[in-house]
Amino acid sequence: MSLPETQIPAAEASARKLTMVEALREALSEEMRRDERVILLGEDIGIAGGFGGAFTVTLGLAEEFGHRRVVDTPISEAAIAGVAAGAAAGGLRPVADVQYGDFLFIAMDQLANQAAKLRYMSGGKISVPMVMRAPVGATTRGSQHGQSLEAFFTHVPGLKVACPSNPYDGKGLLKTAIRDDNPVIFFEHKLLYGSKGARKEAGGIEVLGHVPEKEYLIPFGQAKIARPGRDITIVANLLMVHRSLQAARILAERGIEAEVIDVRTLVPFDWDAVAESARRTRKLMIVEEDNLTGGWGAEVAARIGDICFGHLDAPIRRVAAPDTPVPFAPVMERFYIPSTDTIVATAQELVSSY
Amino acid sequence: MSASTLDKTQKAGMFRRMVLCRKFEERVYYLFLEGRLPGTVHQSAGQEASAVGVCSALVEGDVITSTHRPHSHAIARGLPVKSLMAELFAKSTGCCRGKGGSMHLGDLALGMLPAIAIVGGGIPLATGQALAFQYLGRKNIAACFFGDGAANIGTFHEAINMGAIWNLPVVYICENNKYGASTSVDKVMKVEHVSERAAAYGIPGVTVDGNDVEAVHRAMWSATERARTGSGPTLLELETYRFSGHSRSDPGHYRPQEEVAAWKQRDPVALYEKALTDQGILTEEEARQIHDSVEKELEEAVKFAEESPSPAAEDCLSDVFA
Repeated sequence: MSLPETQIPAAEASARKLTMVEALREALSEEMRRDERVILLGEDIGIAGGFGGAFTVTLGLAEEFGHRRVVDTPISEAAIAGVAAGAAAGGLRPVADVQYGDFLFIAMDQLANQAAKLRYMSGGKISVPMVMRAPVGATTRGSQHGQSLEAFFTHVPGLKVACPSNPYDGKGLLKTAIRDDNPVIFFEHKLLYGSKGARKEAGGIEVLGHVPEKEYLIPFGQAKIARPGRDITIVANLLMVHRSLQAARILAERGIEAEVIDVRTLVPFDWDAVAESARRTRKLMIVEEDNLTGGWGAEVAARIGDICFGHLDAPIRRVAAPDTPVPFAPVMERFYIPSTDTIVATAQELVSSY
Repeated sequence: MSASTLDKTQKAGMFRRMVLCRKFEERVYYLFLEGRLPGTVHQSAGQEASAVGVCSALVEGDVITSTHRPHSHAIARGLPVKSLMAELFAKSTGCCRGKGGSMHLGDLALGMLPAIAIVGGGIPLATGQALAFQYLGRKNIAACFFGDGAANIGTFHEAINMGAIWNLPVVYICENNKYGASTSVDKVMKVEHVSERAAAYGIPGVTVDGNDVEAVHRAMWSATERARTGSGPTLLELETYRFSGHSRSDPGHYRPQEEVAAWKQRDPVALYEKALTDQGILTEEEARQIHDSVEKELEEAVKFAEESPSPAAEDCLSDVFA
């Protein structure tokens, strides 16, 4: 299905730069042109004069593909997810959409009990090739429009979980997700979309990225070393990849070379890449925007602690949001989301104390 | 075997299916009492006319969705009884290879999605199946079974509304057996009939005697015609009654004895047998032969299931992902 990695055009192979929104939209339209079975389902995604979904990802697609394939739904998240699963079992490849990831809780039964388990309960006779796209991340919208939800879904057997940090990965992973024969929860970080320009909440992160014109897919389960380093491994996803890279630049000025690994997909997870790096640097930290307790980082810490026990010189440290709902006030939200400063301080402490 | 008017062969076939449903449940009941089956079971004796009447209006390629009480639906849809019995015995020859069990009977290739044991959980799935049929230009329909209890869960509203606004080829079938577990429908619903709720979605709502198999067939036939011709869903309410408790351990003390007795007077299998013999469609001898052949089929199914291999323990690790 996917090309060998050596044949995947590198991001820098093209001078063209796109936002995440443009890259995702291109992935959708390429896959819709390629495969008639791909349809989109969601709220406000194809309304003429509307906004192309909450973050403009589907803008213009109804004009190209028509309302038969870009299907506007009522505000009915449980049915959106369940109809997508039923249509997938019936031979389509639906890409469903919720406006904010927080609304996935409404759809949780359909995702966790139906989509994820139909194949298993049928003894392997059914495939459910659907994608559920969901924006995550805190952006001064408070507790119900800013959560990071990855851990809820990594815990459910039968669901794959993708979480791109840049336009290049976003496009390549979304195309892979659409061609995957399993349900995929596809998390997109709101501050990385670029649909509203470089937002100051993003902390000066470059939202444009190189995206080759030539078609490519990025396989699931292959983490990327976003920055090589010898002194400590920092594993992150989504926005936290960027914060970790910023931290690594500051650490480098202090003589500490941090290796930053972008997991790209959480299910399947590239255990080999993280274990290899951790064995090499002998120190590991995980950065996630989710609440600390039971986050995906806890699983990484437990597994790497197990398989790399003798190779580590320091405890595995997690930098995550505190165990509170997402606050609204910008001053509180800045405290809540792992900051570059916290990442720097944690890495420095691990390197200097052990 | 579908037609708006039924011929003798079709009627005899429907009667045999009903007897098969009934005797299957009787066997299963005793197999459980004898400790030969693991888990629990939600039985459907008393609801055969609903299952068979609905499925008799379906054609190849149509898909049903079912509930935690799926035995009669699976039999009525024509899944091999051996594969159903083997699934209850948790054998690798079961329709779900031992991974589903009583509450998830099904085989999509044979027109039944694995039954969904979350109340109301199958309503969006059936709607999605119907969306696929419509999109792919197939003439098939989805038939979505659920109970009166599901009429009060959110997916009922969300999914039926979607089916309605998109004119999907789906029939929503509420088997109103008067109780959600031990709770009487009167306690949890202000309207008299679930079918009244169809008005909220702008689709027809019809209440039918769910113990009259030919009445169910006719109502389902009209609903399928409507669905197949692009006119959209129907909400069909079939009034029926389960003769057993909610699940294996439930003696059903919450139901008045007189009520149970009154419904047993309207036993759908007995009613249909009497109707067919009264009308001279079946002789008593032919009816007896049907009973005998069903017993034999079930005997063979139990033997097949018992002699089938168990799955390997580590088979639990496969089929998570495609």
